[in-house]
Amino acid sequence: MRTCAESFQSYVLRPLGRDYGENLLPRGLDITFCDQLFLIGGGLIWNVYFAGVAIFFGFFLATAVALAKFSQSPWLNRPAGAFVFFFRGSPLFIQFFFFYSAFVLLPRVGIEIPLGFTTLTLHTSALTTAQVGALFVLILNTTAYSAELFYGALRAIPKGDLEAADAYGLTGFARFRRIVWPNMLRLSWPSYTNEAIFLTHSTTLVFLSAFPARQQSGEAFYYARYFVDQTFNPFVAYPLVAAYFILLTLAIIGTFGLVNIRLNRHLPRPQRARIRFRPQYLR
Amino acid sequence: MFQFCADPSILPDWQWFACYLTSGTHLAFYRSFLVVMLLLVVVAPLALGMGMLGALALRSHFLPFNWVGQGYVNLVRGVPDIVFFLFVPIALGQGIEWVLHQINCPDWDQPIRQGNDFIVCREAKMPPVGASAWVRNVYGFAMAVVAFALVFGAFVANTLYGAMRAVPRAQIETAEAYGMTRAQAFRRIVLPQMWVFALPGLSNIWQILIKSTPLLFLLGIQDAVFWARELGGAKTSLFTYPHPDWRVWYFMALLVFYLFLTWASERGFGWLTLRMSHGQATAEGERLRRKAVA
Repeated sequence: MRTCAESFQSYVLRPLGRDYGENLLPRGLDITFCDQLFLIGGGLIWNVYFAGVAIFFGFFLATAVALAKFSQSPWLNRPAGAFVFFFRGSPLFIQFFFFYSAFVLLPRVGIEIPLGFTTLTLHTSALTTAQVGALFVLILNTTAYSAELFYGALRAIPKGDLEAADAYGLTGFARFRRIVWPNMLRLSWPSYTNEAIFLTHSTTLVFLSAFPARQQSGEAFYYARYFVDQTFNPFVAYPLVAAYFILLTLAIIGTFGLVNIRLNRHLPRPQRARIRFRPQYLR
Repeated sequence: MFQFCADPSILPDWQWFACYLTSGTHLAFYRSFLVVMLLLVVVAPLALGMGMLGALALRSHFLPFNWVGQGYVNLVRGVPDIVFFLFVPIALGQGIEWVLHQINCPDWDQPIRQGNDFIVCREAKMPPVGASAWVRNVYGFAMAVVAFALVFGAFVANTLYGAMRAVPRAQIETAEAYGMTRAQAFRRIVLPQMWVFALPGLSNIWQILIKSTPLLFLLGIQDAVFWARELGGAKTSLFTYPHPDWRVWYFMALLVFYLFLTWASERGFGWLTLRMSHGQATAEGERLRRKAVA
């Protein structure tokens, strides 16, 4: 039997691949509590990776899509509306399946991207891996949901603020950067926090759908499910993964709460929107 | 299905497709959409019931009830729902077998959990040994229903609790002025009026519920996702209808189905909101009242 320290050594970085720990995962009667604790905990690396990168790119894309949807021109708001409708109206789980089976059919070529100092070669086959392909789907998905939130906030920007911007002669990008954008973020931030939580939770679906877990390197829930299949005892691995996700959720609430304080710092105290963990379920 | 389907390999294109799309497995694929609908129809009232209980617990002044409500709602919210969907059926299944084991086989001397095995006596097996496939399917489906009702009950509890608090205070004060007790005021004043406030939240939860039905696949139920994977995969010439990898088309069909479902229910909820606003102490209710007078 392994000691706890040995399990830590062997499995905490194992989710990154075979080179970072034991070759094989623990099996059958050989599984100890510490194995489950560290392997599931190590799997969180991927949850944080998927959620973090998707939220980062999704944030900027969502701002663009929300502005497009809010614009008067049908050439912009129609496609943006269709994009949001498509990704909000269908299940993420099926989006994973659909995009995976589409990526598999892509011709296998390398696309060269000249970056000046060096040339980056992107292989289309990378899209069939979870780390790239599923991330791509997650980015589009969170873009759609966040864009809808930002769009709602854009419509709710106080008229007085816009009139004040006009009075100061602010136009174009300066008006957007100083008035529209901060207001949009401030109004949508509590719901955006919920979106971030939901997205983090949906990263558990990545390896349950079509995307393969190469070398058995998966995220936390992938390992929890592996352990339950091995031990036929759902009362250890699932509560463990649940506890990890509660911690992750609290971390998100904490981080986004700090941003929320900054966004609302100019307002008198009672008017500030508080992030409450009692969301209007928008997903 | 059709007369000419006897030898599909010599058929022209349109007849080939007519035969292909009406083959036995495809009919099972179409039926699996009904399973999705059935799940929605069964889970919705159960989740509403669970949600009502949860909301009452959250409102309760009796502290233990209040704690149970808080714990239930916050636990479900902090954990990905997929954890519950996979945990509840297996945990509940083992729980039922354990209880039956205690009742039916009191003189059993071996431990139930031996290593990685969960061993109960023959009489305690659920579904019973030798049960037909039909019974097994219904049992599995019922487990899934319980898991869904539990998760969505927590969402609904939150929404209903908020809706109860959104009923204008003046309405309840009026009820108190008429000498109604807390329970009477709740039954006669709060309960009928809360729905219009709950509706936007419930509509969102309904959309989430629709979009989590494909997770049935993970519970080993032969739902639309299962058949799409099954039928779409490349078929060699050993099969009656050989074709290359068509999964992308099957999943596209599923996407269209779900898009239609969410779109239609959005329209449905819009209509319901309008209906519920009649005679309510809200802006929309006021507008409808003016229209009726004019």
